Amino acid sequence: MSKFEWKYAAAPEASNHAKIDARYGLFINGKFVNPLSKKYYSTHNPATGQKLSEIAEAGEKDVNSAVAAARQAYEKVWKKMPAKERAKYIFRIARVIQERSRELAVIESMNGGKPIRESRDFDVPTAANHFFYYAGWADKLDYAFPNKKPKSLGVAAQIIPWNFPLLMAAWKIAPALATGNTVVLKPAETTPLTALKLAEIIRDCDLPPGVVNIITGFGNTGAAMVNHPDVNKIAFTGSTDVGKIIQKSIAGTDKKLTLELGGKAANIIFDDAPINQAVEGVINGIFFNQGHVCCAGSRLFVQENIAEEVIQKLKARMQTLIVGDPLDKNTDIGAINSREQLDKINYYLKVGKEEGLEIYQPNCKLPANGFYCKPTLFIGAAQSNRVVQEEIFGPVLTIQTFRTIEEVIEKANNIPYGLSAGVWTDKGSKIFNLTTKLRAGVVWANTYNKFDPSSPFGGYKESGFGREGGLHGLMPYLNL
Amino acid sequence: MSPNFRHTVLIDQTGVEERVARFNTRSIKKETKLSGLKLALNMIDLTTLEGKDTDGKVKQLCYKALHLSDDIPGLPTVAAICVYPNHVKTARKALGNSAVKVASVATAFPSGNSTLQVKLDDTRFAVMEGADEVDMVISRGEFLKGNYTFVFDEIAAIKDACGKARLKVILETGELSTLDNVRLASDIAIAAGADFIKTSTGKIQPAATMPVTLVMLEAIKDHYLKTNNMVGMKPAGGISTAKSALQYLVMLYETLGPDWMSNQWFRFGASSLANDIILQLGKEQRGVYYSKDYISID
Repeated sequence: MSKFEWKYAAAPEASNHAKIDARYGLFINGKFVNPLSKKYYSTHNPATGQKLSEIAEAGEKDVNSAVAAARQAYEKVWKKMPAKERAKYIFRIARVIQERSRELAVIESMNGGKPIRESRDFDVPTAANHFFYYAGWADKLDYAFPNKKPKSLGVAAQIIPWNFPLLMAAWKIAPALATGNTVVLKPAETTPLTALKLAEIIRDCDLPPGVVNIITGFGNTGAAMVNHPDVNKIAFTGSTDVGKIIQKSIAGTDKKLTLELGGKAANIIFDDAPINQAVEGVINGIFFNQGHVCCAGSRLFVQENIAEEVIQKLKARMQTLIVGDPLDKNTDIGAINSREQLDKINYYLKVGKEEGLEIYQPNCKLPANGFYCKPTLFIGAAQSNRVVQEEIFGPVLTIQTFRTIEEVIEKANNIPYGLSAGVWTDKGSKIFNLTTKLRAGVVWANTYNKFDPSSPFGGYKESGFGREGGLHGLMPYLNL
Repeated sequence: MSPNFRHTVLIDQTGVEERVARFNTRSIKKETKLSGLKLALNMIDLTTLEGKDTDGKVKQLCYKALHLSDDIPGLPTVAAICVYPNHVKTARKALGNSAVKVASVATAFPSGNSTLQVKLDDTRFAVMEGADEVDMVISRGEFLKGNYTFVFDEIAAIKDACGKARLKVILETGELSTLDNVRLASDIAIAAGADFIKTSTGKIQPAATMPVTLVMLEAIKDHYLKTNNMVGMKPAGGISTAKSALQYLVMLYETLGPDWMSNQWFRFGASSLANDIILQLGKEQRGVYYSKDYISID
């Protein structure tokens, strides 16, 4: 009997309802304004190369005017406003994100390359949830920190990465507003569109002008924000290299800082784990958002006696992953965010091969245009391999084996990063033993990449400091 | 001697449910949907298992099996008719030389509470009357007592009594309570020689669910990886819509692959599913939905 090959017909999400302007200015003092720098650059769809819009590049004068707007809004309006009124604005933003979720999801996928399934089911709803959650805290700060008389800081400069553009904006803006600060936020240069849509939402929600300012640009713009003397707080999510530069440049000032930087998480499978579910969890841990996740489970540790079975099952599962058009509802792995990032991933693929590692990629066809990378395993890796030590930020998983629990704890911690980790075992006592010994900000057990607004997230060591989410996420924005 | 069933494969229920949710995000459209629906129709074990079954009812069901909807060209038949042993002869005669198989429940269906001798006689009678397939029930009481050897031996004995007939082993997962138990019972049935493993009798709620079916498909897959031998799967009870049938097929396709995508290796035990699929296929043909009065209800 002939095999029944069942190729899923294309199921693209419509994009004609998504309204993207031909050109965006800077959102300062409640309005979109032309940049004083007079400079613009283009933003593209990484899946097709198509130009989506022209984006303003904020210069130093633009940063000055954004910070000035934020300062004025802070002193004149936001600081004095009763907390329960602040909460209403934040709540309203959450509601409008929900109302416009379909458009936001489509634009997120068009501008960033992530599958519509993820932007629709994860990014946008989680962003709305963050606003809902922090709306609830705004008038309860005295209860969150009893006897501390928490006070807001002033103007927060926030710089976010390209991997979760809308969600990271929500993570930054929601707690800052709830604690009574005003904001100047810069999205990453490659993915500004959903942050600019969020600016429209904030404008439509009638937030007092200047409370949230969203400006676009490259590293220079970010540097001008960080170095601006009237900024009280800096929150940065991005690469460890840039994080170090920021920390150096604010030395000697009283600016408060939180950094959420790179990661190289260990995902550990013991031989008493539910293996089929563990394999699925490992797949989602590394291939979620094309591996562009700072907490991606990029180092797999498998107990040696089950390694063969786990690797066989990982390969089989990878063969069923659909790589392609981010807007297709059946796509599992979308486009790599930029040419630059694809080059970096390909460089590491070359390094891994040159290091003599066994490489596995499923037999799938990549679209002819756009930036794509096949999901990849490096099998038989050692702690000393560069692909194990350095953050790749792509759909690449290294597999190491271990024999004892002491060995795997030591190896999991033997890395400059410490953002997250995963443990797969049916034994509860083993889980708690590991959570106390793994030096990682988040340890997931029998699951991976779970996020909730009420749960704090952040790193150890070179993965940064400070927490976002939960009650802990309020602290960096308060004088306690 | 039965294998050692002390060492079992562990199942994480949350993980299983998440995987199922992911299958259900697949968007099945156009020709994928059409070919899937036709395949699903061809995988149905059209079933009547009631105390009030008569020869007349069985004959009508058999005619329906062969003529699902004569006004839609190119429809397949269902895979089999599933009846009690005393109606096997009627069904056999009504189906004649067609490709539609006769399946019979046996072994003191649905409770399975009887002696081995009665169960063997029940099985042999069904086969002698012309059943191509036997759907047996396991002894859930013995299983829950931890008497795994008993369950294994019983299945092996029934398998022996089946002769050439293919054996489907009903785990009655609604009575096993945990997914760990579902997995263990699947492993026992497969080791004892089951040709198919099947979720439910349809008499107990919950009957077939996607998480239970996924755990059983994974048991089949793990067995295949170790031995290269294929075992079939039959979710039964509660699958009544075309949409849900497509979701099961997505799960089958992405778990076991194209080799299992035929009625030799996958069945739906259902009585009303066929008509919902016919409604959908008729809609594709006519371009509009139409009254259920146009679809026969045998």
